[in-house]
Amino acid sequence: MAQSKALREGGGGAALAPAAPARRRLSLPRGDMLLALLALSPSIIAVAVFIYGFIIWTGYISVVNWNDALPTYVFVGLANFARLFETERFRIDLRNTAIFAALFITQCLAVGFGLALLLDQRIKGESILRTIYLLPFAVSSVVTGVAWRWLMTPSSGINRLFEYVGLDFLKSGWYTNPRIGIAAVTIVSAWQMSGYVMSLYLAGLRGIATEIREAAAIDGATGFTLYRHIIIPLLTPVTLSASIILGTYSLRLFDITAVMTSSGQGFSTDTPAFFMFQTTFQSNKFSQGSAIAVVMLLLALLLIIPNLIITARTEKNQ
Amino acid sequence: MSRSLRRLWGRSAIYLVLIAFALFFLMPMYVLIVTAFKPFKDVSVLTMWELPQGLDLGSFATAWGRVSPNFWNSMQITIPTAFISSLIGSLNGYIFSKWRFKYHNIVYTLFLFGLFLPYQAVLIPLVQTLQALGLYGTLPGLIMTHCIFGIPITAMIFRAYFAGVPDELVDAAKIDGAGFFSIYRYVMLPISLPAFAVVIIWQFTTVWNDFLMGLLILNNPRLAPITVAVQNLAGSYFVEWNIQMAGAVIAAIPTTVVYLSLGRLFMRGLLAGAVKG
Repeated sequence: MAQSKALREGGGGAALAPAAPARRRLSLPRGDMLLALLALSPSIIAVAVFIYGFIIWTGYISVVNWNDALPTYVFVGLANFARLFETERFRIDLRNTAIFAALFITQCLAVGFGLALLLDQRIKGESILRTIYLLPFAVSSVVTGVAWRWLMTPSSGINRLFEYVGLDFLKSGWYTNPRIGIAAVTIVSAWQMSGYVMSLYLAGLRGIATEIREAAAIDGATGFTLYRHIIIPLLTPVTLSASIILGTYSLRLFDITAVMTSSGQGFSTDTPAFFMFQTTFQSNKFSQGSAIAVVMLLLALLLIIPNLIITARTEKNQ
Repeated sequence: MSRSLRRLWGRSAIYLVLIAFALFFLMPMYVLIVTAFKPFKDVSVLTMWELPQGLDLGSFATAWGRVSPNFWNSMQITIPTAFISSLIGSLNGYIFSKWRFKYHNIVYTLFLFGLFLPYQAVLIPLVQTLQALGLYGTLPGLIMTHCIFGIPITAMIFRAYFAGVPDELVDAAKIDGAGFFSIYRYVMLPISLPAFAVVIIWQFTTVWNDFLMGLLILNNPRLAPITVAVQNLAGSYFVEWNIQMAGAVIAAIPTTVVYLSLGRLFMRGLLAGAVKG
């Protein structure tokens, strides 16, 4: 298949083909190609309007003064943003997002990679274990939040479990302790997503051909060296895409905290997504809410654009 | 220590770690289920880890009484969305992988961006648009929303799947006189069952588990999806844990059943998608 693709692209390559007449370049798609485009067009329109059009509209709302129930569209420049960055709650939210992303991504990658590595050692009952690890991924954040809210109740749950086994010193206020706050939530989210990361790594490991491992073994790379110098570098794309998925999750964090804690004491478990929702749909400050949304979008772009460039470049190289 | 003994220790350690993690992943499920089977008088912070005295179905009966309309709402939202989404996705994936029109890569990349979109960036215009269309606060409005925001992921899964179908197959069909739609209908659709399974499971799970869009678009408690109803079981000042847990178990059943029965297909799709990036 790769060969046929190379042939096809080689055949149409600019270096070999004679200069195409200008008329051909202007030609519109015809026949089946036109049908294909027509069949795709409803989706193109939907994406153009509901994603890109809406983003532009949100951007526009963020620079007007619609901070009441009734829409008003008087241009106020960056006033909403200025006010936003002066708001203590928003600064806490940004810090919470950074802490959350760092702890959550680390936990998921470590647990996911570790479990995949162990599962890849010809384990009896692999499919049962895999099913259990991925089960949280099938369950909603609301259900997750309900269970963990109870598990992290200071007078009960995990603390009670620690008492049973004599590990009282590990007892914690979890999300009720404003100094821990969002860090406690990372455990819940890692519980939810680690299995997914595990399955990505497992797929990556299974994708590394036995020949590569055997060749490495012949060259004397075994055990730790094999993983350090061969396997882990080969899994870099998995780590990258997992990090981006988990980063996106961090930016979107809403359901779990909404169920477990709302904003928490002193906004210790508040997130930009929750702040945006309350500002917009409970306080009717639409422009202020849009400003939060725009900041969230910019953070998402910081995360995605490098990835899109890398993907485009590798696709071109293939 | 002999080599085989050391190996035995190593293997045992691996199994121990794997089982410990399995218990950790099952812990919240255990708490949900045992609490849901206890009557309110037995729900106490001191005994939360203990098994119930008997199987008391009172909590389930109460919870079901409160959330059953929402359970059916969720069904009415989720099932059509899963099927419509997978149909749209299969067509789009087919076009992106076999009809490489000019700039198809740019269009595809613009689609993919939707995967990473923080939904807050579209919520206000979404509400305004649904209001203008008379779809705000209605199930069809939410179905349409889920179908549209499902376009990127479904296109990606089907494109990855169809990329594995040799172009020669399509070319041969073209030589036999098959056009755009007949290739889709007679060549691609019959072999795409696994991809359909993955997409239907994925969309079913995502939409069933959705909280944000349901909360936003269906602001009437009668129409709310199950996730919102379970959250509302918490009440404002006093949480009857056993009832909320029973509600959570009810909410978790459909996706868990789908996952456990079709999980193998799901895993296969997930892995196929991951390897191809």
